[in-house]
Amino acid sequence: MERTNPAPSRPLSPHLQAYRLPLTALLSITHRITGVVLSLGLVGLVLALFAIAQGPAAYGAVHASLSSPWGGVVLWAWIAALIFHLVHGVRHLFWDTGRGYSLTSLNRYALGELAAALVLFSAVALSATLLS
Amino acid sequence: MPRYRSPIARARGLGPARTGLHDWWRQRLTAVALIPLGLWFTFSLAMLPTASYPAVVAWLQAPWNSLLLLSFIVSVCCHSMLGLQTVVEDYVHGSELKLACLLGIKLGFSFLALTAIYATLRIALAG
Repeated sequence: MERTNPAPSRPLSPHLQAYRLPLTALLSITHRITGVVLSLGLVGLVLALFAIAQGPAAYGAVHASLSSPWGGVVLWAWIAALIFHLVHGVRHLFWDTGRGYSLTSLNRYALGELAAALVLFSAVALSATLLS
Repeated sequence: MPRYRSPIARARGLGPARTGLHDWWRQRLTAVALIPLGLWFTFSLAMLPTASYPAVVAWLQAPWNSLLLLSFIVSVCCHSMLGLQTVVEDYVHGSELKLACLLGIKLGFSFLALTAIYATLRIALAG
């Protein structure tokens, strides 16, 4: 005989595979992921800096890979990750003052920080295009 | 191994290490420093693919750029180290693997910072 369990009336903890994360939670986990990605990219940047210290030949290889299409994708992905992490980090500093925890302000600031990240990214891209 | 120590003796010293707040403050302090330094670095880095070797070296040798880059390196390595440490402490379970990861992060980022500082000084003081 088959019986289905009645839906429990108690609150259930959100299961990651069945629960659609709200925007604030997505931003929160993206902050962690971008943090790890930025740390990995930092190793590449230090290697590039070391190549500059080694001389033109070593820098030539770094410059060639940075100028290639895939190198450009990696570089701009790192820049985008840094801008997002920076903007969301400012919000963390604001939270540390004990403010901005109401549901409406959480959602409003979430959209605001995405807009700020987009504006900053465009500014970096624009200045790189204009000044190069 | 027989357990000669009493339960209270084993529990002592396992509480807060009293240095966690220091790490929390260092994470915030470097975060504040990285707001201007990170923006400056991002705008500079975006120019790198179009810069020739002499242009990059000349840029690094400008006193303000060397100084800001050194500040960025110190802040970002410290901030990255503390951030990755938090991620490992949250997700890596099992004390041996966790200890290995934490040691790797500490030593790795110390070496990374030293490499970057050495390279910057070498370039800045060469000319």
